[in-house]
Amino acid sequence: MAITRRQAMTLAGVGVAGIAGAAAGATAVLAADSEPPAPSSAASGAVPFHGDHQAGIITSAQDRLHFVAFDVITKDRDRLVSMLQDWSAAAARMTAGQDAGTIGAVNGIPEAPPDDTGEALDLPPAGLTLTVGFGPTLFRDANGVDRFGIAAKRPAALLDLPKFPGDALQPEISGGDLCVQACANDPQVAVHAIRNLARIGMGVVSVRWSQLGFGRTSSTSRDQVTPRNLFGFKDGTANLKAEDTALLDEHLWARGGDGQSWMDGGSYLVARKIRMIIETWDRTSLGEQEEIVGRAKGSGAPLGHQNEFDELDFVIKGPDGEPAIADVAHVKLAHHSQNGGVRILRRGYNFVDGSDGLGRLNAGLFFISFQRDPHKQFVPIQLQLARHDVMNEYIRHVSSALFACPPGVKDGGDFWGQALFA
Amino acid sequence: MRRRYLATVAVALLAGGLAACSSSDDNAGSGADAAGGPIAVNANDTACEVGVTDIDAGTVQFKITNKGGKVTEFYVYAAGDRVMGEVENIAPGLSRELHVELAAGTYETACKPGMIGKGIRGPLKVNGSAAPLTEDAALKDATDNYSRYVKSQTDALLTKTQEFVDAVKAGDIEKSKALFPVARTYWERIEPVAEIFGDLDPKIDGREEVVEEGMKFTGFHAIERDLWKTGDISKSGPMADELMVNVKEIVAKSQAEQLSPLQLANGAKELLDEVATGKITGEEDRYSHTDLWDFNANVEGSKAAIAALRPALEQRNADLVKQLDTEFANVDTELSKHRNGDGWKFHNELSQADLKGLSDVINALAEPISKVAAVVAG
Repeated sequence: MAITRRQAMTLAGVGVAGIAGAAAGATAVLAADSEPPAPSSAASGAVPFHGDHQAGIITSAQDRLHFVAFDVITKDRDRLVSMLQDWSAAAARMTAGQDAGTIGAVNGIPEAPPDDTGEALDLPPAGLTLTVGFGPTLFRDANGVDRFGIAAKRPAALLDLPKFPGDALQPEISGGDLCVQACANDPQVAVHAIRNLARIGMGVVSVRWSQLGFGRTSSTSRDQVTPRNLFGFKDGTANLKAEDTALLDEHLWARGGDGQSWMDGGSYLVARKIRMIIETWDRTSLGEQEEIVGRAKGSGAPLGHQNEFDELDFVIKGPDGEPAIADVAHVKLAHHSQNGGVRILRRGYNFVDGSDGLGRLNAGLFFISFQRDPHKQFVPIQLQLARHDVMNEYIRHVSSALFACPPGVKDGGDFWGQALFA
Repeated sequence: MRRRYLATVAVALLAGGLAACSSSDDNAGSGADAAGGPIAVNANDTACEVGVTDIDAGTVQFKITNKGGKVTEFYVYAAGDRVMGEVENIAPGLSRELHVELAAGTYETACKPGMIGKGIRGPLKVNGSAAPLTEDAALKDATDNYSRYVKSQTDALLTKTQEFVDAVKAGDIEKSKALFPVARTYWERIEPVAEIFGDLDPKIDGREEVVEEGMKFTGFHAIERDLWKTGDISKSGPMADELMVNVKEIVAKSQAEQLSPLQLANGAKELLDEVATGKITGEEDRYSHTDLWDFNANVEGSKAAIAALRPALEQRNADLVKQLDTEFANVDTELSKHRNGDGWKFHNELSQADLKGLSDVINALAEPISKVAAVVAG
């Protein structure tokens, strides 16, 4: 059974002088402190924070997202490094279901603001993962300045993404020096994590933009049911999955020889906020919707195929003698067979940011993908889609961001980006 | 607004001779200084000449003469801009005296023509022996120091509010508009004190939306609306008189009150909360858009409260003091980008990026300031 935050908090109180009643849980605490709860496939369990790769990439996609991009506002490299250390420590605690700070939300002295904001008290770890990435502007700002003496360590894979046809990007919700992807099966747990990291970072970072997502739009594991996006279609059927170890090595993880050794075991994150014009989509006939996507809306099976997971066969003809999956169908344009074999791991979320003032839902897909080199993977696929996808009539890419997510934090002595700032 | 936690903290009523340390009134004649007469300070718009800058410890008397064209202020600062004594609001052509008790140490004098910025600084060396304060004495000293600050600010608040009220009653719109942000400066610097007196604060400084059913919209912001929105102050006279009555009452009460060190710490944080919630958004001065005057005054007030606590904080958490110094300096740098002559840009002249820059530095300062109370209590 997963530990709840209130239990963790009480346990963490041991060792803080003068906190009455804490001693009772001492035995349990030591266990909880030294050995985080075992990984659990249950929605409420904890996902280990430390490891070779960052959690939140091949971790079975959780239901909820809070993604945030930060601007670094300090010029002081030491302060930035110190914050990354503090973040790593807080993340290790929060992903284990504990409070962000060592004192906790309610165990401190009454005169001090608590070092945890408290809204996750009594909630389980909820599968929380926190994944950090470094944006191109952290290495050189818009004026080309090497801000923190790391410009020489900028990987070629982290070059800015090109402009794609049809892009309607809003700068204020694009880019960023740092990102944190918080995923959890409880939205409050994800928001709590971001809120506490933002607070720890005050004076060092400032939130540039953030995005809430509900409802995963991809499966990253074979034991997950394929979810649906807001077009009503199953999404992520042909995604890279945690079980595809060889494919992950080929397409997901950066490794020795790729350019920058500090990224070995890391991955590159592309985020694109894709607004869906759902009102016009909803007026489109079922047949046309399915042709645009290239899959049956109900079963998710490729058109002309029987089952969702049937391998796509672009030769199969429909009743009219034309290919069942049209050349401009979304699944074909995005398929690895049409893109030189490259694959990506998608991990996006549905969003509805209220309405747009014109009586329409401000809704869509917050696309996230991880890959070994975005310029060899995401870029060619997106170029295909941007040029030919009939779905473009119903979508707008309104934001774009690229981050280098370093390898995992190995243990309590390691921190996010330690090799980068070494 | 009044905060529950503050309200539950016992307010130590002022006992007897609180103001003994210094006074800035013109007729205080008791403080003979070491050199046998007042130290002359010749201030103008570009210089601040202090007659003697190497003196003995004890009660020191300064006589400041403003020979410039701008209203000026005179300060004696200890480390960290801790105000040891000050005279506000010295009009051109006038002389004012300051009596201040100084222990041995290194200080700075400053004139502030136009009452803005860091002022024209000069060194002041005080000789003699000084025993370091005990921790308890440092806290007591903090409350005394802040009480002097409240005294000087409230005195100036009375004067400037009277000028504002007179201008309104005289129907002089331009003069009233010019005096509005200046009078409010003294108010905004000490707002945590004013907020202790729950019902007076909304009468003086309430915004239109806080007015409840059956309550009248009065005070600074009601007159602000008349000045900027309707442009008609012909009927504002009684409201101006009422403002003056309320300000007099709150000044009398404030001067009879001594804040505890914990209240000082919380007050320093609350002033930044005021900035974050009311000034950055432009809600405070929605008709005049003079929010940056209030912004600056809130920050100055916060700094004064922290400066009063400084010796105690240095003893308990020197790293925190360093961090606060850095973040206060960052706020000043960011804010100074929006200086316009002796005043500030209007809120509606600031871009979203400007406001985000200001918001970031306030957040960066407010987080460490939120830790001060625990240090004081600990």
